[in-house]
Amino acid sequence: MQNYGVYVPRLVTKKDIFVSGHRACIGCGEALAVRLVCKALGQNTIIASATGCMEIVSSPLPTTSWKVPWIHTLFENTAAVASGIESGLKMLMKKGRIAQQDITVVAMAGDGGTSDIGLQALSGALERGHNFVYLCFDNEAYMNTGIQRSSSTPYGAATTTSPAGKVSIGQVSWKKNMPAIAAAHNIPYVATACPSYPFDMMDKVKKAAATPGPAYVHILSVCPTGWRCPTDLAIKLGRLAVETGIFPLYEVENGKYKLNFDFPELKPVTAYMKLQGRFRHLSEDIIEKIQKRVTADYAELKERAVEG
Amino acid sequence: MADRVGIEVSVAIGDAVKQANVDVIAAYPITPQTHIVEHLAELVANGEVDAAYIPVESEHSAMSACLGSAAVGARTFTATAGQGLELMHEVLYVASSMRFPVVMTVANRALSSPLSVWGDHSDVMAVRDTGWIQIFTENGQEVVDHIFCAFRIAEDNKVLLPVMIHLDGFHLSHVIEPITFPDQSKVDKFLPDNKYPLPLHPDKPVTMGDFAPPIIYPEAKWAQEVNLRASKEIILKCWQEFGEIFGHHYSPVERYHSEKAKVLLLTMGSFSETAMTAIDKMRGEGRDVGLVRLRLWRPFPFEELRRAVEDAETLIVLDRALSFGGPGGPVCSEVKAALYGQAKKPKVVSFVSGIGGRDISPGDFEEIINKGITISEKGSPNEFEIFGVRE
Ligand SMILES: Cc1ncc(C[n+]2csc(CCOP(=O)(O)OP(=O)(O)O)c2C)c(N)n1
Ligand code: SF4
Ligand SMILES: [Mg+2]
Repeated sequence: MQNYGVYVPRLVTKKDIFVSGHRACIGCGEALAVRLVCKALGQNTIIASATGCMEIVSSPLPTTSWKVPWIHTLFENTAAVASGIESGLKMLMKKGRIAQQDITVVAMAGDGGTSDIGLQALSGALERGHNFVYLCFDNEAYMNTGIQRSSSTPYGAATTTSPAGKVSIGQVSWKKNMPAIAAAHNIPYVATACPSYPFDMMDKVKKAAATPGPAYVHILSVCPTGWRCPTDLAIKLGRLAVETGIFPLYEVENGKYKLNFDFPELKPVTAYMKLQGRFRHLSEDIIEKIQKRVTADYAELKERAVEG
Repeated sequence: MADRVGIEVSVAIGDAVKQANVDVIAAYPITPQTHIVEHLAELVANGEVDAAYIPVESEHSAMSACLGSAAVGARTFTATAGQGLELMHEVLYVASSMRFPVVMTVANRALSSPLSVWGDHSDVMAVRDTGWIQIFTENGQEVVDHIFCAFRIAEDNKVLLPVMIHLDGFHLSHVIEPITFPDQSKVDKFLPDNKYPLPLHPDKPVTMGDFAPPIIYPEAKWAQEVNLRASKEIILKCWQEFGEIFGHHYSPVERYHSEKAKVLLLTMGSFSETAMTAIDKMRGEGRDVGLVRLRLWRPFPFEELRRAVEDAETLIVLDRALSFGGPGGPVCSEVKAALYGQAKKPKVVSFVSGIGGRDISPGDFEEIINKGITISEKGSPNEFEIFGVRE
């Protein structure tokens, strides 16, 4: 591992598509994820982005961070916009009005733009079978508008609309299982990823782009601002999310589950939770409840992966 | 010119869209627009239209898919009505603000609640200020002709704005009319390939739909306004050329016996044909009445309207939508605003009628005109008159 700094740069292109100068917060895991994902996607890409942190930080007029064609229209319609892009390109190529070539059509959105307000448009696009990649950057709340809860916010987390109070533990519902919802559409490729595992994530994005038909990648993106943690913890927290079994990395290829990283023993959830202010208020018994749920969910996933 | 055929107007729209060689259709069904999108789906299924048909899961997604399709430079069509138009609402602003030449037919329908599938102009009025070019049609031929004109205007690189073609739900969408379809070679010449100036393509990356801080947003919006106003000139040119080639002539404001008539009725949409019957009858009885029909709703044809009504003493405006708690029918408000600063102008009387699909007969129009004359002479305590509604 000593020579890591020497050989890693050779494994991944230096060329950036999501370039510096954007206005993401210090230590933003979502911006890191987008940057790496873009390296994996390459130049022959068209991106449709939903309203959210990554859109706002990257495109204040008259500047842009995007070196590939990029379009933002609204918050909840990104999958539909991508449907139109894909269909338009297909017809223009068929009619010979633009040259035949492989262009990856990508839709990106946050967890809110995906699992809440954009779920209907996403479901429609997945069901119709457009050839596109959908990337959900999950920072577990509506960060752009000031850390409000989403259906992807974990149980017990305090946000500005699920505050912890005398009679509330914060978020009272369990995180919506968005990858399972995507997989339920019987699309060819679904995966979870995290920039703390950069090569795994980039490989999955490449695989998604090469998949004919719809592909969905759900990327856990640490948000120090919203998670109330130090700004140098994005990588560590992403690793802990995986090592505790809270956010397992897996693929669902043509309906078959495959666990990409398994651990002989999962770390306790407290290892992950104690580093974040959003869980600070939780009592022992609530943490115990979360631990039980994580253990059970992980076992279930593992079983599914064994069955294939 | 090809032969005249008797055909349902909705089906004729599909056939015209086919002739326009559309690339992408994204649509969601809603009465009374359904026959349009069903016919298009059938044409695509039979390979008669070489287009992608995206059967989206909502109107919000229909218009959103249209944004994506137009952004890559594909010729893009959709159709909707009533609730569907309202569900599209926020996307409509984006289509015009991002300068996407989408063409949409709207089979005008009343809004819930109570649910009504029948026609009126409530749906249009709610999207009045979305920045689209909006044209009201009177009959099937006019709708078909405007499919070609709308693409031509929308895709003109000096315009690049979406166009709504309004046709009254059922009263126009579902009637069988004699319609002439132009020769394909003439259509192809009149309507060349869509050449969107900066499409999304990896060869030349562009960033579209940025966010604008206060230092730039007002300029962006003002540019949009200037552009929509300027589109009128191109619309007029398009109509002129269309008339020269195809023999059907269109103008922003249509006049029927309106020159020097003392009393004028103003309508929008297909009810003007019924109104004409009333006008004919009244003129036959020696009454000095005429009709003005507004075809171009946005950009609003201020000059043409002023010229059309300046010699009249009374102008009776018929609206088919309510502006709840407001000054009367939305069309009448605009007409009044257009005339307010004029030295020479008629007295304007506002009537609202024909909402939720209720008919207005020639006899009703006569009554509206007679009542309107009385009100303009004696005045009325009301901001506007509701006609044909039980109290
Ligand atoms: C129709 C609509 N409702 C609400 C908003 C306000 N809004 C913009 S971004 C956003 C939250 C985005 O959250 P998410 O999708 O999770 O992305 P993040 O900012 O967390 O990356 C909200 C609520 C909007 N732009 N449009
Ligand atoms: S709020 Fe969170 S996700 Fe948004 S830019 Fe800041 S760190 Fe990144
Ligand atoms: Mg989020």
